[in-house]
Amino acid sequence: MPILEFKNVSKTYNNVTKALTDISFSINSGEFVAIIGPSGSGKSTILRCINRLVDATQGGIIFDEFDVCHANKNEIRQIRKKVGMIFQHYNLVERLSVIENVLHGRLGHKSTISGIIGRYTEPEKEQAFQILEKLGLTEQAYKRCDELSGGQKQRVGIARSLMQEPNLILCDEPIASLDPSTSKVIMDHLSNINKTMGITCILNLHQVDVALKYAGRIIGLTSGKIVYDGPPNQLLKSTIHEIYQSNEGELITDVA
Amino acid sequence: MSHNLSKAARPANQTSVFVKRKRMYTFFFLGVIAIMIASSLIANFDYIVGIKSIPKAITWSLTKFIPNSSSWHWLTDEILKALFETALMSVAVTACSAVFAFAFSLLGTRTTKINPLIGRAVRIIASFFRNIPDVAWVLVLFMAFGQNILTGFFALFFVTFGLLTRTFIETIDEISASCVEALHASGANYMQVVFRGIIPSSAAALISWVLYMIETNIRNATLIGIISGTGIGFWFNWFLKSLNYGAAGLTLITIVVLVIAIEITSTQIRRAIL
Ligand SMILES: Nc1ncnc2c1ncn2[C@@H]1O[C@H](COP(=O)(O)OP(=O)(O)O)[C@@H](O)[C@H]1O
Ligand SMILES: [Mg+2]
Repeated sequence: MPILEFKNVSKTYNNVTKALTDISFSINSGEFVAIIGPSGSGKSTILRCINRLVDATQGGIIFDEFDVCHANKNEIRQIRKKVGMIFQHYNLVERLSVIENVLHGRLGHKSTISGIIGRYTEPEKEQAFQILEKLGLTEQAYKRCDELSGGQKQRVGIARSLMQEPNLILCDEPIASLDPSTSKVIMDHLSNINKTMGITCILNLHQVDVALKYAGRIIGLTSGKIVYDGPPNQLLKSTIHEIYQSNEGELITDVA
Repeated sequence: MSHNLSKAARPANQTSVFVKRKRMYTFFFLGVIAIMIASSLIANFDYIVGIKSIPKAITWSLTKFIPNSSSWHWLTDEILKALFETALMSVAVTACSAVFAFAFSLLGTRTTKINPLIGRAVRIIASFFRNIPDVAWVLVLFMAFGQNILTGFFALFFVTFGLLTRTFIETIDEISASCVEALHASGANYMQVVFRGIIPSSAAALISWVLYMIETNIRNATLIGIISGTGIGFWFNWFLKSLNYGAAGLTLITIVVLVIAIEITSTQIRRAIL
């Protein structure tokens, strides 16, 4: 059953920059999808259209029964509650503790006033600690986020999104600022979340090899257009070169 | 062995960046000197005479402004009370404008503005208040309030409000933008984002600006008091006019001591919160 559907979506920023052109795809519940493409090809724009951080210019987006493009303020909040998001630069409140940042994932579910004063229920706290345990962050629970390493911060980001109890997690270059071994830890966690919790994941990735290894499906994007959409084992080398508009031998992946 | 190295290729068509940079510095230096000479000619200011008169001015003020035994009673009679009043006013005015500036700046930041037009308007209003000098405010407000502490209060309020709004907008955009984005994305609403994201991430930086404004405002309040005839400024002016230089010197010393004390305190607070 599709959880997300893009129908001929286009996005033009400020009436000038064409970021997406006629994008259509459909993603089933439980898929683990990687979007690859060069910088500026529109990967972030696709993710941001889903939770309305960006408004699509044309076309339709259906997420879990919601008509995303025509959602009103209240519906946007409902959508965002169900969509977790993970960022390249983690986007935590660095001066607050790990546990407080994780609990921020509940704000969408709370009334304005209890959100403002930060009143969380006992079950919510229990759930937060369980998630931290699962991600190996129990020791760090009361540390301030600016004391953590990059990999730990990203795990806090994941924990925060899990706290939302989402149906879908969007990851915008989740490992672009991390070293290879930390990247593996993060990718393993995301893959594990997808498999054990059944949460659909869409990841923007720079690293083709990582995408090939983890993703069940790859969408290749060039200049705002889809040039490949299919399983990793059918992605030809020549198609990769088409995506990155490069010649044989110019990509790091060619060496391997 | 350097003569063995062949020359590396360089783009040849343009003047080297190094030469350009050197020229820029030379022009800048000559420009500053030219402006100094031109302005002193226009203002009829002779640097030689100006510099020559410095030692004389120092000796004159040192001998005149040293407090003597007859000036001490002013300290307890008037100076301390007026100084206290001025300091309290500066703190109150800064705290007051900080609250308004924070609420206002939320409408002006990139991440929390409600609509672009209001954001624009906020920046323009803040810049209007900031760019009218406090002394001009005093002269205008003096007509409304007369010789009243409110004159100084509002003059400082407007300038501080304008300045803090501007710095708050920039600080929030710089520090909080990323976590604000994440909280929005997770479905938090406006007020939740403000209290759970912006305040915890930016508070320390904002408070640091407020402390700085308290320091500045105590100095400015003295000057404003001279014009509006209130607080410590009034007494300083009065001592000068009645040729009571000893008491005027004593006033200056107490102001300096207070300002230094405030600076030390705020440095301590800054160190603790940042
Ligand atoms: N907020 C924005 N305003 C204007 N142009 C934007 C904005 N965000 C992205 N763009 C432009 O849209 C295009 C796609 O950007 P983006 O989706 O960020 O690509 P990617 O994530 O693949 O690097 C780029 O040309 C970029 O410059
Ligand atoms: Mg991007």
